[in-house]
This record gives sequence, C-alpha cells and structure tokens, in this order.
Amino acid sequence: MAMLEVQDLHVAFPRGKRDEVEALRGVNLHLEKGERLGVVGESGAGKSMLAFAILNLIADPGRVSGGRVMFHGENLLDLSERGIRGIRGNRISMIFQDPMVTLNPVLTIGTQMIETLKAHRKISDAEARKLCIERLKQVAIPSAESRMDAYPHELSGGLRQRVVIAIALLTDPELIIADEPTTALDVTIQAEIMALILKLCRENDVALILITHDLGVVAEVTERIMIMYAGLCVEEGRTQDIINAPRHPYTAGLLKALPQKAGRGQRLYQIPGSMPPITALPPGCAYNPRCEFAADRCRATIPPLAGGVACFHPLQEEEAAS
Amino acid sequence: MISFSAFLKRFLSDPVAIGAGIVLLVLVLMAVLAPLIAPQNPYDPLQLDIMDSEMPPAWKPGGDERFLLGTDAQGRGVLSTIMYGTGISLLIGVGAVIVQAVLGITLGLIAGYKGGWIDSFLMRLADIQLSLSTLMMAIIALALFSAAFDANTYADYAIIMLILVIGIAEWPKFARTVRSSVLGEKKKEYVDAARVIGLPARRIMWGHILPNTLTPVLVISTIQVAEAIMIEASLSFLGLGMPTDRPSLGSLIRSGFEFIFSGSWWITLFPALVLIALVLSLNLLGDWLRDVLNPKLRRGED
Repeated sequence: MAMLEVQDLHVAFPRGKRDEVEALRGVNLHLEKGERLGVVGESGAGKSMLAFAILNLIADPGRVSGGRVMFHGENLLDLSERGIRGIRGNRISMIFQDPMVTLNPVLTIGTQMIETLKAHRKISDAEARKLCIERLKQVAIPSAESRMDAYPHELSGGLRQRVVIAIALLTDPELIIADEPTTALDVTIQAEIMALILKLCRENDVALILITHDLGVVAEVTERIMIMYAGLCVEEGRTQDIINAPRHPYTAGLLKALPQKAGRGQRLYQIPGSMPPITALPPGCAYNPRCEFAADRCRATIPPLAGGVACFHPLQEEEAAS
Repeated sequence: MISFSAFLKRFLSDPVAIGAGIVLLVLVLMAVLAPLIAPQNPYDPLQLDIMDSEMPPAWKPGGDERFLLGTDAQGRGVLSTIMYGTGISLLIGVGAVIVQAVLGITLGLIAGYKGGWIDSFLMRLADIQLSLSTLMMAIIALALFSAAFDANTYADYAIIMLILVIGIAEWPKFARTVRSSVLGEKKKEYVDAARVIGLPARRIMWGHILPNTLTPVLVISTIQVAEAIMIEASLSFLGLGMPTDRPSLGSLIRSGFEFIFSGSWWITLFPALVLIALVLSLNLLGDWLRDVLNPKLRRGED
C-alpha cells in the first residue's frame, strides 16, 4: 500500500447560484515512503489546489467535490476537524512560496516554532526550545539561539525560508509538500535552499511533493514527475524518462521552452496561446487549441490517462527529440 | 510596526503631541494623587462647612485662600471636587472602553474570521446598535435603573452602571474596526501557514490574527476614552450619571449650572474647562497616534 494515494480528486468552486466550475477534474497520485515527486504546470493548472486539497484545506467557497485522499489507508477527507489537525503540520508539513508572508510578522521565530511543536507534542517549553534550536542548526542558520528571539522582518528572505523549512521539519513529518519553495528567493539562494530540502529529505527519509514550474529543479531533485494542465494530470512517470522522452505534446513544449535549449542569440521557444481559464475550458482535451497534433477526436473527448500519458497522439521518441 | 525609540522620537518632535501629553499627564496625576494633594476631601461631610458655601475664587474679593477656585453651594472647594471628579470621569471613561474593547474585539474577531451567517448576524446587530443613539440608550437604561432602586443603592452602583451602559452601547465601533482588519489579515499566507501547521481556529484567531489588528484598536481606544468621558458628562449633566455627593466632572458642571445666574460662575466654569482640556488632549493624542501608526503617512527616517 502506498503511503499517500490520491484517487480521482475533484475540487469545485461555485459560479453563480447553482453552477460550479472545477479547478481539479479528477487527479490521481501515489507516493511511497521517502519518495520525491515533482508536480509541474503553469500558473492556474491546479498545483497548489492539489496541495491544499490533500490537507483538506480548500478555503470557502471552494470544496472537494469528489475523490479520496488515502494516507496510510485512511481517507483524510473523512477525518474530523480534530483528526485532520493531528495530521497537518505533524505527519504532513507544508512549505510555502513566499517566506516574507508565511511567518507571522508580530510573533518571534521562537514563539512560532514552539507553538507548532506544542500543538502536536506534550513537551515543556524548555525542551521545545532546545529542539527548535537544534532544528535551526540543522537548516544551517547561524547563531540559532539568538534567532529564536528575532522577528521575521529581522531576517533575510533566504534565512526566513530556512526557518520555514525548520518549522516543517519540527515534528518529523513523513511527507513535506513544498509549494514553489524557491520562487520568491534570489537566484543565488534558490539552489542552496533546494539542496537543503533535498538533503534533509534524504537524511530523514521524508517523502516530498515538490510543486514548481521549473523543470530544471524537478530534474535535479525528484524521482517522479506529474505534469498538470487545467486541473488534470496529463503526463506522469519517472523523471529521467519524461525529461529525455516526453510523450505529451504539452510536456514536450515545456521542455522545448527551457532557456537552456535555445542557442545563443536565438529566440526562446514559446508554446503558442495560453492555458484556458477553468471557467472556459474547450471541449475534449484542454490542450487542443494549442496543440499542433490536435485532431477532431481531441476536440470531442477528454483523453484518459493511459500508460502515463493523457493523449490520443503521444509523441514517439524520435519526434520528441526533434 | 514601529519601534519604541522611533515612536518616542516622533512624539518629541511634535509640539501638539507634547502639549496634549503634558496636559493629560497633569490631569491624570492630579486625579490619581487627589487623596494626597487635594486641600480637602469633598466626600467627608465633617470637612465641609455650610458657612463656606459659594465663595468666589481666592483672587476675587470675598475669596478665601483655603479655596483657590472658590466653593460650591455645599461649601466644597471647587479645586478639590475637580481633582476627585476628574478621577471618577477617567475611571468611567477607561472602564467603559475596556468593556467596549472586550466585547467589540471578541465579536469582531469571530465575525471576521468565521464569516457567513455569523458575520451577517453580528454585523446587523452592530448596525441596529449604532442606529440607536448611545445617549438615548444610556438615558433609558439609567432612568430605569434609578427608578428601580432607591437613591442609596443607585449611588453605590452608579459607576459600574455607567461603565456597563456606555461600554455595551459603543461596542460596534471596536467590532467593525477589528472585523475589517481581520478580513484583510485572514487572506494573508501566514494564516494559511498556521492552518497547515494544524493549529485550531481559536489559536489562529487570538494568537495570530489579533496581534496584527491591534494598531487601529489602539487608536480608537484613545478616541473612545474621550468619547466615553463626554457621554458620562452628558448623562451626569442630565442628572442620570454620578450622584452629587460623588460628583464626576459632568455632575459638577450640572450642580454649578443652577448658580450661574446668581453670579457663582466659578462652580461651573472650572470643571467645564478641565473637561474640555481632558477630552481635547485625549482626542489630539488619538489623532497623533493614528498618524504615527499609519504606514502610509510615515516619513522616511523611521
């Protein structure tokens, strides 16, 4: 049994009085203990929605309208409020995009860390403080003791993200969901933070769901990739396989658009068009208006995910290479 | 947020703030230290002599140097009654604001965080409360209270009643301010982060969101103290507030008002001046505080 198994997950938002639009349209995902999965897609593809849905934290007026999130064989969506709170931040942690806004500006680092720990463990203040300092040292924060009494605005962006990571690791979680953990950071800090996350996951045997739109990062860190488009998974498989031989035209387009692929002085490749908003999806495959291989069948029926790709005309290896 | 040293610097560079601060400090000290420094205890009938009544201020002909600002009809020194009365006015003002703040912050926080029908219900309740004038509500409540109990009981509980009535009538101001701040704060990611950590809603509301909404609360608290003192003075002036044997500034003005046409203007004028100084200094400080704490109006050097 997989550690985490998301089955046919739907998330819907109301439109008008009776109508609903779906932000997630049936996503499947499985994750073994200690495994690292990359979730890749454009803004609005439903990546963050998936992360929040796993923790049953879809904010009003949205709701999970179908599917199951099995964590060690237990459906997280069926748990009581108290039950799910015991999972959140304890067995599943989350790291957000922008460390400037995820720490509470009026509470010290120490207060926020100790509070997290005390929400899940019966532990004295002194012990909690000791453990927090230990974790801060683990994420390579210099003079950890004095940082405990610092306010978030006294730390740089990179340091703050390290604090956020330390908080995520506090309770020895089995799974960390990192939602674009380096997007808001300086380029020079990005690599450091990513390397730190990778190292800590390996050392502590923590599974990772890395949500990003940076295929380069995913290739370095993850073992498997899931490509999302307009609320659906369009391709899934081992990272190396997908990077070397993408089968969905969208994945191929994303890879082709990497700046490294273009020669010096050459125009960068761009997938024509943009992702349709979830309120105005075309019939059939959501990618068909942008796809050069689109046929009548693509415009009529949504291709099912079969053999790791949701496409009626998956690319062959030689096509992808061209 | 603003650091304490920057706060002090801003204060010392603003003459209006310094002036208002000094006036308020003097009045508060005068009220707190009244039992020690007042020339006379106006609550102690043994110290009063009816022969001393309606004496003009000391510098006027017929004045007595024991009573710097003259005496009222019962022979109480106006200066002493003002000292004690300021204390009662301040006590009621601060007490009423504490009641307002506790009620308003709790209900505003719940309305803003929970949203939905709870929010609608609480805010309509606030609308209803606001559409009834505070003074009218207070007059009805206090009139009922003074009719229901005899004069002695009324005198004993007048302070508590005034605090409760003014406090309950004015809670929507706090509730609305807190609610609107909460609506802004709860969309921020640190709230999502707190939920992801697995904290219960109660902890998120009180421990995480509330500290981020305290700036506007601090500003309206100051203004509301001035407002509460004014309401109390109005009620006392109408004879529904503090009884004349334990007078607040409002009841002093009222008791002197009867004598203003017989020439004893000092009984009314001096408490009125103190009331104006008290309310004005509180309002000026409140305005200054609002400007200082508003990041949009903050100057570069902070």
